[in-house]
This record gives sequence, C-alpha cells and structure tokens, in this order.
Amino acid sequence: MIPEIGQYALMLALGLALIQGTMPIIGARNNDPVLMSIAAPAALAQFIFVAIAFLALAECYVVSDFSVLNVFENSNSQMPLIYRLTSLWGNHEGSMILWVSILAFFGALVAVFGNNLPVTLKANALGVQAWIAAAFDLFILTTSNPFLRIPDAPFEGRDLNPILQDPGLAFHPPMLYLGYVGFSIAFSFAIAALLEGRIDAAWARWVRPWVLGAWMCLTLGIAGGSYWAYYELGWGGFWFWDPVENASLMPWLAGTALLHSAVVMEKRNALKVWTILLAIIAFSLSLIGTFLVRSGVLTSVHAFAVDPRRGIFILAILAVFIGGALSLYAWRAPLLKQGGLFAPVSREGALVFNNLFLTSACATVLVGTLYPLALEALTGEKISVGPPFFNATFGPLFIPLMLAMPFGPLLGWKRGDIVAAAQRLLAAAGLAAIAVAAAFAIEQGGPVLAPFGAGIAVFVMAGAVTDIVERTMILRLPLRAAVRRAIGLPRSVWGTAFGHFGIGATLLGIVAVTAWGSERIAELKPGDSIEVSHYRLTFDGVFNRPGPNYRDMVGHFTVRRMSGEVLGVMEPSRRTFPARNMATTEAALMTRRVSQLYLSLGDPNPNGSVAVRLYFKPHVLMIWLGAIIMFLGGALSLSDRRLRVGAPRPAKKAKAALQPAE
Amino acid sequence: MTRKQRRLVLIGAGLGVLAVAVALMLNAFRGSIAFFNSPSDIAEKHLGPGTRIRLGGLVEDGSIVRGADLRLSFKVTDGKSEIPVTYQGLLPDLFREGQGIVAEGSLDNGGTFNADTILAKHDEKYMPKEVADALKKSGHWQEDRGQRATIPTAGANK
Repeated sequence: MIPEIGQYALMLALGLALIQGTMPIIGARNNDPVLMSIAAPAALAQFIFVAIAFLALAECYVVSDFSVLNVFENSNSQMPLIYRLTSLWGNHEGSMILWVSILAFFGALVAVFGNNLPVTLKANALGVQAWIAAAFDLFILTTSNPFLRIPDAPFEGRDLNPILQDPGLAFHPPMLYLGYVGFSIAFSFAIAALLEGRIDAAWARWVRPWVLGAWMCLTLGIAGGSYWAYYELGWGGFWFWDPVENASLMPWLAGTALLHSAVVMEKRNALKVWTILLAIIAFSLSLIGTFLVRSGVLTSVHAFAVDPRRGIFILAILAVFIGGALSLYAWRAPLLKQGGLFAPVSREGALVFNNLFLTSACATVLVGTLYPLALEALTGEKISVGPPFFNATFGPLFIPLMLAMPFGPLLGWKRGDIVAAAQRLLAAAGLAAIAVAAAFAIEQGGPVLAPFGAGIAVFVMAGAVTDIVERTMILRLPLRAAVRRAIGLPRSVWGTAFGHFGIGATLLGIVAVTAWGSERIAELKPGDSIEVSHYRLTFDGVFNRPGPNYRDMVGHFTVRRMSGEVLGVMEPSRRTFPARNMATTEAALMTRRVSQLYLSLGDPNPNGSVAVRLYFKPHVLMIWLGAIIMFLGGALSLSDRRLRVGAPRPAKKAKAALQPAE
Repeated sequence: MTRKQRRLVLIGAGLGVLAVAVALMLNAFRGSIAFFNSPSDIAEKHLGPGTRIRLGGLVEDGSIVRGADLRLSFKVTDGKSEIPVTYQGLLPDLFREGQGIVAEGSLDNGGTFNADTILAKHDEKYMPKEVADALKKSGHWQEDRGQRATIPTAGANK
C-alpha cells in the first residue's frame, strides 16, 4: 500500500508541476493576477506530494519492505536503521527521489519567502522551476521508478554496497544535492528575467541568498565526499580528479564565480548580462554532473545502474534545458540594458578577475572531463585524463586567483588604489615569506615549488585577516573601540574574510599533504615495527570482531613516539560483508593536531604476516576545516542578507543603507 | 579612461586568460594523457617502451606470482594476447585471478608492463567498461563474465 501511495503522490506532483509550469507563465504574459497567483500554492502542493513520495519510500526502507524491488536491491534488514535510511539515496532511483524532493523544497521556499518579489518575476521563476520538476518527475516515473514491486517478496535484501555503509554517506549526497539543486533557483530566476526582458540590481539581491545557500551546501557536500573517499577507499587520497568529483567541482567553481559577480550586480548594477549567463551555466553544470554520474557513461561508485534509456532521457533533459536556456539568452540578452563600466583597478575589476580565472579553471575541468567521452564517441580511442592533466591546467590558473584574492576586499568600488592595498598587505606578504623560509628549513624533500604553495596559502589567510584588522583598526584604536567596530561591521564583510581564510586553509592542507606526506608499505609479522615521520607502529596481531552485517578482521597496532612513549593504538580492519560477498578496507586514523596517521590493511598472507600501508598526512585536516570555515563564512554572509532582503525598506533602516558599501 | 578603453581592457583580459587556459590545456593534452590498450592492441601497435599507457584485461588464471616486499607479477589477457605485468605495492580489495583490471604504467624493453597503479573496483559486478569493450572486441566476452569472479568465492566463504 505504502509504495503505491508514493507512486500516486509522485504522479500528482507531476500533474501539479505541469499546471505550475504553464498557468503562472501565461498569467505573467497577460498580466492576469489570478493565473499568476496559482504559482505559490501549486509549488507548495507539489512539495507536499513529492514529500509524501519521499516519505513513502523512506518508510519502505525503514520497515525493510523487500516486496519493493528498489528496497530489495539496496537494503538488508540486518543493517542499522541509519544505513537502511541512507540506502534510500545510495542507489539511482532513490537518489532521484531525493533530487526532486529538494527541488520541490526549494520551490516551496520561494513560494513562502518570496512575498516581496515582483509578482510577475515570482510567477515566471516558479513556472520555470516547475518545468525542471516536471522533467525529473517524468524521468523517475518512466525510467527509474523506485516503487516497482516484485511478485514474490524475498525474505532478505541484497544489502547496500558496503563502501556506502558509512556515516559520511548519510550527509554527503543530501548536501551535494542541496547545492546542485539550489542553483536551480538562480537558473529559474535568470530564465524568468530573460522572459520578462528586464533585469536590475534588485534581481541580484533576490538571487544571491539562494546562490549563497546552495554554494554553502555544495562546499560541505564536496568536502564531505572528499573526506569519505579519504578514509573509506583505503588509499588516503582526498581528491582523485575523478570525473564524478569533477562533476561536483564544476558547479562549485561556476557558483563561486556567480556569487562574486552577483555582488557587482547588486552593488554597482554592472555585469548583469554576465551574471545571468553564469546563473544558467552553474545550473547547467549541475545538470551535466547529474548526467555524467547517473547515465552510466562513467564507471564509478556513483554509476549505480547502466540503462541506456536513462542516459538518453537525461541527455534530452540536458539538451532541452541547457540548449533552451542558452538560446533564450542569445535571443533576449541583447535586449537587457547594459550596466555601467568601471576602472580596471577597482573592487569590480578584482571581482571580474576572479570571474575570469574561475570560469577558465572551470572550463579546463569541463574539457578534461568531457574530452575522453567525446574522443571515444568519435574515434573509439580510449584515453584517461588523470591528475597530471588537471594539475598542469587547473593549478596554474588557480595561482593568480589566490595571489589576487587578498587585494580584492581592500580595493574601493569604482576606482581602487592598488599601491595602497599592496602597502596594507605588506604584513601578510611578510608572513608568507616567513612561511616559505620556514617550509624550506623544516621540510626536507618534496617539490621545490611546495614551500611557495604554502607561502601563497599563508598569504591568502593573512590577507583575509588583514581586511578585518584594517576595518576594525584594531592596531590603531583602543581595544574597546575596535571591538565595537568589529561588531558594527556588516556580516558580509566577516563572511568574505571567513570564506577567503577558508580557501587559504584548504590550500595549505593540500600543499602540505601532497608535498610532505610520507608513505610506507610493508609486510609485517606480529612483533614487527614500522616507522613514519616521528612515529613508530608495532604490529601486535590480528583478531576477529563480528559486526551487525559484517565481520571484521582487525589488526592491532601500538603507536609510539620515537622516544618510546605510547600514544595509543590503531585498529585498521578488513570488513567482509556476506550479503554481497564483498570486502572493504577500513583504515585507522590517528589525529595529531591537524595531521593524521593513516593505516590500512592489505590481504593477510598464509604465513601470518599482513601487508600494511601507513601514511603520515601532515596538516591534512586543514583541507576539510577550510571547507567548514568557508561554510561558516557563507552562513555569516547569509545572516546579513536576510536582514536586508526585502523590497521596500522601512524608513528607519534607510540609515543603515547609507553606510559605506563594504 | 574612456568607456571604450575600459571595455577593451575587459574584453582583452578575458581573451588573455582564455588564451592562457587553452595553451595550458593543449600542453597538458600532449604530455599527460594515457591511452587505453588491450594486450592485443599492444601486440599490434608495437608500442615503444616508456610511453605511459593504461592496460586493461583479465588477470590470467594461475599467473600470479608473489615475491618479497609486496612485489608481484601476473599476466593480463584478453583471450588473444597476454602481457606480463609487474607491480609493487598493495593491491585493490577485489584483485584476484579472473578479475578484470586496469593497470597504468609503461612497457620496458623486454615487453614487460611495469604498473604503478592498479585499479579494480569495489563492486561484485565490476568489470571496467574499457575491459568489457576490449573483451567484446576480441570475441572473448561472456555475458556473465563480470559475475563469474564472485560466484565460486561466495561458495568458498560459506
């Protein structure tokens, strides 16, 4: 009964989406307030029905209803509740349900919180949002129905892919989807603006919070996925330049660019046409990501099922939405009024610099990801475009971006003084120089360029701090006055500082791990020791430990300093899942400040020895801490926005608006 | 600066960055791309030693020889030709005889493939797509080939 309810709810949601996608847009064209007013309630109702479908599927997973094919294939009654629930999005059909649920959720948010939007813009935007929803509802119902029954219900399910049975998976896909789908709002607003043929700075003010929210979730989602790969896949890498990872990185890069260009649009009424294009591109890249991941053109942990019909359907969705949006853009964008221009050296100029490099970097990732697919389709030749390609293209494009980043917030709008900004960054540059020297002195080995990488990271972080120091005048004013200034600073200034500091921290982590990490591979018998960096690990032996739906073969290691002081034990294991007859490697991690020891087990040999892989990962946690700091920056900025989003500002707030633009 | 000049600066900067990006990409495409080859491809193409390639196929039954220090040699076959492979390090969880794998590395002068990376995926149905295609091409593809690797071991484990 429950799965049927879910399926009917999804069908009704499709129907509602079709209504929501047509009536309000017709209403907006003919200026018919009744038709336009359908949009909001339709969006809410559509969300309710999609939510019912989602909950119905969740219920099937929770009670382990194996008469549902999707549950049978991906769940197992022995799994803990949390994994039974997360199995929902650990497979193709279920993850698409999550996709449309989030899409409908965002639509409902616009319906509820969009009261201050112009009526026609709201109607058009919700209409466009509904087209996307309708396309994906139809996709699910025709090619990926998760509610299909099997006639003879089996007693036990096939279990979730073991490497997906992990707390990381509980939050990585939903966060990522919140990010992907969040960009759909910017897309819908962009299309709505093109349909209306009118756009102004207020548009950016309405769209920016959505972009920011999506960007925050995407940041955390990518970081979560990276950390998951790091500890679960057992070889200690945090980024593989895998096409699926690239699929999430590209919307992030475009979204970051959009975030910055929307600031210019909002504050200076410039870069409007470009911002619209970026909004289209960001969501298009999200769709391309979905296509790459879900169509089965790539083999990866994410390509759940290979069904050509699905690939073709998603390709059709891609063609219609991306092609349609870009055609509409080509047709309507020339009608939009161009905004003002500005001096190259200015805050706007810095943000354009940011946009140029981010979009170019994004383009190299796109080419690197799609080129092998295109080449195979055209010539049948199979190639792999791996880390060397991306390091050689993405890296050089990111360095100028990083070097310029601290200058941006220090430049004035309209016309900036780069010499003054450079003077204010002297301290930061000094710190960076010290970091380079220290890195050369302390770390032997590693690439020669690595200390400079660390220096750039320190420069970015110190530059972010410089901005706050300058604005609070903490070095020139008494502490209390400075604190008062700090509290009085717009939250978005803090947001910028946090965001920039976070990317610096991430960069530092990446440089340190890549350049100065060390690795030992050895075959150990009980009693043997292995050394890495300043640590010595002694292998004590192997024992077995049963789990709820798996068996663990655990290696027991004692970790000591070189001086002999015991620091603790590490217990990596090899985990066998009988339901799928699969084994996974569970690495053991020991955190020392922001560095980690990483230990994973290989196959045991008949003679009692085991192969182990031991890494010392210096500053590795900075990579993900940086992402969390970026997320916090976004949250700070968002909390600022909420105060100011709203069309007609009450009189008493007018004063606040006259404050120097940040 | 006039309006026109400012616009020119903007467009010039855009084109400049784009040109740099394209140059970087073309350069990287020359140096850092590995072509996928099956053992038959290697036999046909007479690939020179040192070129970085990806080799895909099945690990030949009974060909795995383990040495000291995690050294390992085995043969990769596509049913027509076979290539001896050497590797040192930890193997992926699902590496076993009969399993489809992809190895990355280069040939030495004696025609042995020195792999520095071995990929086999964490999935019981896994058959790298390239390997499956190569097997189909050489006529040695069996529909259940991907499944095959696990069924005997499932029995052995229980």
